[in-house]
Amino acid sequence: MQDNEKRFPQIKPLMNTSEAYYESSRCLFCYDAPCTLACPTSIDIPLFIRQINNGNLIGAGKTIYQSNYLGNTCAKVCPTEMLCEGACVFTKVNIKALAIGRLQNFATNSAILSKQKFFDPQNNTGKSVAIIGAGPAGISCACELRAAGYHVDIYEAKSNPSGLALHGVAPYKITNREALMEVDFLKEQFGFNIIYNTRIASKIDVEKLESNYDAIFLGIGLGNSAEIKIKGENKTDCVGATEFIEQIKMSSLDKPMAKKVIVLGGGNTAMDAASESARLGAENVIVAYRRSEKEMKAYDFEYDLAKVTGVVGVFNIAPVEILGEKVVEGVKFIRTESQHGKLVNIPGSEFVLDCGLVIKATGQLKQTSMIANISGISLDETGRILVNETSCQTSNPKYFAGGDAVNGGAEVVNAVAEGKNGGKGIHAFLSR
Amino acid sequence: MANLKINFAGIQAPNPFWLASGPPTNSGYQIMKAFDQGWGGAVWKTLGVPVVNVSSRYGAINHRGNRVVGFNNIELITDRRLCDNLREMEEVKKHFPNHAVIASLMVQTKKEWQQIVHDVQNAGADGIELNFGCPHGMCERGMGSAVGQEPEVLETITRWVMEVATIPVIVKLTPNISDITEPAQAARRAGANAISLINTIQSLIGVDIDRFVTYPVVENSSSNGGYCGPAVKPIALNMVKNCAQHPLVQLPISGIGGIENWRDAVEFLLLGASSLQVCTAVMHYGFGIIRDMTSGLEQYMDSHGFETIDQFIGKALPNVKHWEDLNLKYRVIASIDEEKCIGCQLCYIACEDGAHQAIDLNDDKSMRVPKINEENCVGCNLCSLICPVENCITMVRKDDGNEHLTWRQRTEANDVPTTFDDALAGGNSHTVPAPLEALKK
Repeated sequence: MQDNEKRFPQIKPLMNTSEAYYESSRCLFCYDAPCTLACPTSIDIPLFIRQINNGNLIGAGKTIYQSNYLGNTCAKVCPTEMLCEGACVFTKVNIKALAIGRLQNFATNSAILSKQKFFDPQNNTGKSVAIIGAGPAGISCACELRAAGYHVDIYEAKSNPSGLALHGVAPYKITNREALMEVDFLKEQFGFNIIYNTRIASKIDVEKLESNYDAIFLGIGLGNSAEIKIKGENKTDCVGATEFIEQIKMSSLDKPMAKKVIVLGGGNTAMDAASESARLGAENVIVAYRRSEKEMKAYDFEYDLAKVTGVVGVFNIAPVEILGEKVVEGVKFIRTESQHGKLVNIPGSEFVLDCGLVIKATGQLKQTSMIANISGISLDETGRILVNETSCQTSNPKYFAGGDAVNGGAEVVNAVAEGKNGGKGIHAFLSR
Repeated sequence: MANLKINFAGIQAPNPFWLASGPPTNSGYQIMKAFDQGWGGAVWKTLGVPVVNVSSRYGAINHRGNRVVGFNNIELITDRRLCDNLREMEEVKKHFPNHAVIASLMVQTKKEWQQIVHDVQNAGADGIELNFGCPHGMCERGMGSAVGQEPEVLETITRWVMEVATIPVIVKLTPNISDITEPAQAARRAGANAISLINTIQSLIGVDIDRFVTYPVVENSSSNGGYCGPAVKPIALNMVKNCAQHPLVQLPISGIGGIENWRDAVEFLLLGASSLQVCTAVMHYGFGIIRDMTSGLEQYMDSHGFETIDQFIGKALPNVKHWEDLNLKYRVIASIDEEKCIGCQLCYIACEDGAHQAIDLNDDKSMRVPKINEENCVGCNLCSLICPVENCITMVRKDDGNEHLTWRQRTEANDVPTTFDDALAGGNSHTVPAPLEALKK
């Protein structure tokens, strides 16, 4: 884990004081600022930038944490190019957008290191809430509820908090130390409990929670990588992207990186897995996507980030079979094309690409079996939990939900926003 | 091709850019270096009575990433021996016979004044500048601004100098006075050949809010200093203009105060200065800025067809009038170039909170180009000043130019208003929101 900080230099390193001063000097202090409007947690960005510029770094940290409990994590892992920075008015005249993410990191990092206490929660409601999952949604919800005076216990299946922000985000976006440091910082001032290594899986587990708590928040995220259901998929060197990234981040790879890697998929996780493989020494990394480059769900900047490390995108090819005797030796593909908006395989166009590792980044499974143990929770056709948009309440009134389990897999910042909304929703529900 | 040469009250120089008396002209070494890089003249750091300086000496104002937009100092006149300065002055003149070397002087008695004038003349100075401006340290001893603030004393001392001077004498004026033209007239009466202005403005540059002491800090204390740098230019321009327009002054003016680039220089020249002195900008960037200054001035002159500097000195003066002579019928309103607008909405909030509620947000929230409410717009310029995009908000003339009416004309025609009938005023042609509306937004 420590090695990762050396192996993966941060793409958004901490600013120094001069950098922060000059960068913050550029902010125009827009009225009804587009950056704030683009932020899922509505951070008052012009305000905190001005506070940095005018030497009130603590005030800047407070501004950020009042809107976003995972201010430092989001500062580092948000796709700012698509959110606040993408909305910066400067981009309209080809002037570099304010480095909002890095400025935010400058303020929140300072708040964390100096152990600022921005909140002073009380146990005054006498009510308790259980949160399942200590990921961004769960932590954010816990903070909101503690601020409102609830006792909060978070049940976490793994031995560390922060969910995908720790286990799944590319290591060059945030270090594990940073992700864990922020949760400690929050625990310190909010005083919620995290009960680790405790998976809430069975009906009995669920019933126990229901009898002990006044409300329950589901921040359970998604499950393992989805299968693609092709021949040879069960070979040891054919792994899921989520599991591959988690292994890089939480332990060390048990064997040297394969020289040739094929990543199946066209989303941001595919780009992360490809990029990380290349950074770990793979010489030939191909992202194979069955549709066209244009249809790829990955953000342009994520693809660019991968291309910089030497990753090559190959489009309109679909995997047919994972080849190899015992270990993976290659992938057989078939070419595809779009006919009247429908993707079809081109007969006879099969070909083989050699590789020593296949990473499947074709999505994660939903936690449907876990949810099945709770009565009365409605899901949509893809398995996402259905909630009221403002209160985050599910069809079972005692349950609220947010994060990937509801949105199907979005950014950390979305989970933080939904967790906070869920906390508000629970408070409103329990104070009726 | 533009010729930058000047003849200022008989002092010749290859260009109008002189170093003002201050730290950059503390030694022959610095002045030689400056001349070598292209400066046209230098006013030697004030020679005079022995002084003792403190540490620290300077303070500055920074503004959003820009260092030293304002500067102040509590340094005194030269602390180097007179004989060393005179020897170096002679050496500089030997190497640069065609550059202007002006000796700035500050002593007390008539005898001292006349002696030091002789000394610098013997050293080969091309001119003399009388430092009647320094607002700290020296005034307490009856010199510097203590003289400049008393026109009669200024006149007396200048007369002492004129009795023995064989080279042009410039009187340097302090801005720490209500009417700059009074000491300027005194200088004229005393027979001075020119004036230079402004010296620094008495100031406190800021406060160390943790140590409860103003800057610059000397142990646990501080003192008022002299303010200069880019931020003082508007004050200097006004004072230069006042002297240039005054019928009883009529002296060549060496303009000083926040000059940092060729544009500043042109502005001073257009308002009547015929040589220019620079100090803070050199303390910030070094002598090298001269290359940009001379190049810019040449470019400006070429583009306007001016061959010599004389051709445009004071060219803006006739257009600086009293308020009562401005045309009340002239009318501009703001216009936003929708193509250029980047949607910061600063014009909206500036007008909404800081002016006349004459800019509305777009009804369609996704469209961030604000709209000018032409009825409410009084043509104040505010939006065009704060807009961050070049040439996005412009002020467009709305009157047909046929009507001309000034306050003076109205007064003379006995047409002074007895009611609030200004068509531009809120509540007349357009509405002002009721106070409670503020709480509904």
